[in-house]
Amino acid sequence: MRINTLKYTLKEGFKGLFRNKWYTLASIATISACLFLLGIFIAILMNFQHIVENVQKGVAVTTFFVEGTTEEEILTMQKQLEGREEVDRVVYISAEQAWADFVEDMNMGEYMDGFPENPLAKSANLEIYINDASKQADLVSYLESSSIVRRINKSELAANTLSGIDSLVGVASIGIIGILFLVSVFLISNTVTIGISIRKEEINIMKYIGATDFFVRFPFIIEGILIGLIGAALPLALIYVLYNQVILGIAGQFPSLTSLLGFLDVTAVFEYLVPVSLGIGVGIGFFGSFFTCKKHLKV
Amino acid sequence: MAKNKKSRAEAIELYDDDAIVLDNVTKSYKVTKANKGSNVLKGISLRIKKGEFVFIVGDSGSGKSTLIKLLLRELTSTTGSVYVLGQNLNKMRHRKVPAFRRRLGVVFQDFRLLKSMNVYDNVAFAQYITQVPEKEVRRNVPEMLGKVGLAGKYKAKPRQLSGGEQQRVALARALVNKPEILLCDEPTGNLDPKNSWEIMKLLEEFNNEGTTVVVVTHNQEIVDSMQKRVITMHKGNVWSDEETGGYVYEN
Repeated sequence: MRINTLKYTLKEGFKGLFRNKWYTLASIATISACLFLLGIFIAILMNFQHIVENVQKGVAVTTFFVEGTTEEEILTMQKQLEGREEVDRVVYISAEQAWADFVEDMNMGEYMDGFPENPLAKSANLEIYINDASKQADLVSYLESSSIVRRINKSELAANTLSGIDSLVGVASIGIIGILFLVSVFLISNTVTIGISIRKEEINIMKYIGATDFFVRFPFIIEGILIGLIGAALPLALIYVLYNQVILGIAGQFPSLTSLLGFLDVTAVFEYLVPVSLGIGVGIGFFGSFFTCKKHLKV
Repeated sequence: MAKNKKSRAEAIELYDDDAIVLDNVTKSYKVTKANKGSNVLKGISLRIKKGEFVFIVGDSGSGKSTLIKLLLRELTSTTGSVYVLGQNLNKMRHRKVPAFRRRLGVVFQDFRLLKSMNVYDNVAFAQYITQVPEKEVRRNVPEMLGKVGLAGKYKAKPRQLSGGEQQRVALARALVNKPEILLCDEPTGNLDPKNSWEIMKLLEEFNNEGTTVVVVTHNQEIVDSMQKRVITMHKGNVWSDEETGGYVYEN
């Protein structure tokens, strides 16, 4: 393609945006509305998953050992556990450490003298933090098979609830994103069809003069991509502003909630949201105009 | 006259100075529920030489418009062969059509200008499509607009022009790429007599410069006074073909 042609088609693509202003606005508004909903949804979803992940990491299985188990054996087990897929980290707490923690937690410094020996001598344990609550059962059965394990403290309920919510959110998000995507594709294909049927005559003229299919399509495709880009950029800007406001608002209203849940930073969300939104916007614009053009090119 | 043997399978002989050759061409539209199907062209054979000026006349439904569409390769014939500038249009591939159409110029009754573009851009458009360098476009377009008498109206939009002026723009656009054949479908159908005559004079001038001109028209007065070749069509057949004549067919 000649530079001249490229310049010409790019210019025509830009001009096309202003040729049918209302249809352009309608297309941009449609894409914007869908991507806005999608963006908000993704932002909420990412935060939810982040929170669930955080809570899951706090769920620990505590293992106590039979009498006479050496520290060496316990450390070997810690190594083995750390090698497992579902295990996030393993913390070894010696008997001395357990007693010191207890003393500190209970604020009982002054009563220390009443305990000449460590009352928690048998309480050396491993705190095992897992990264996926649904795998807790696997881990527990692994631990139960070990001969040195005396007792396992676990929270079945927390693990089950969390993994349940997590998979529910996963299914719901795929469903909602799918529906939104279909709706926006349908609306955009409609808008592009109207936009191109307005210019059917123009396409006819171009074909009579001897324009190639490519030459006829290219400006329309540029136009579609531009509409997609603008339609994606607008909701991104809006969500950026809104997101910070909402996070600050929640932090101001419920300071305890914020420290408990820990929301994602706006950049973390946008690292994912920007390419996804722009990609979908450009994709819808490109395919919308490409296939609609193809339909109207039989001269 | 040098024979240009295309292939043994093709029955008709083609010559280097043939612009358009139709060999026993029929065209029928498909049978639908609403329509029992119709034979619009019923076996037309004709030959138009390069440099000729030909009127095609006939009443509505005689097949004139279908004929123009066949020549533009907007349609292909049902049987028979259509040769334009030595190319068999029935055998032409879809992607070769744009290059073929660039060798033709076409003018319609309703002008078909791009409303969003001004006069200059409407004409330059034809050059951009054929990828003429910008430098040449800036020379060719004003020259062509001067020829059709629109030198002062480069920046006007089509809606600011009279019918006659719009048809001149269409003519300039059709001719700026220096086509070998100019097809005009009722070029004066929307014009008053004065403007009609001016358009016909322009067509005659371009014909004198070597362009083959084919004009489909209803305008009896013009056909009678210009004394060119007249092909009269009636009900899908060639009714008469006069070397220099007038509007033969009478209702």
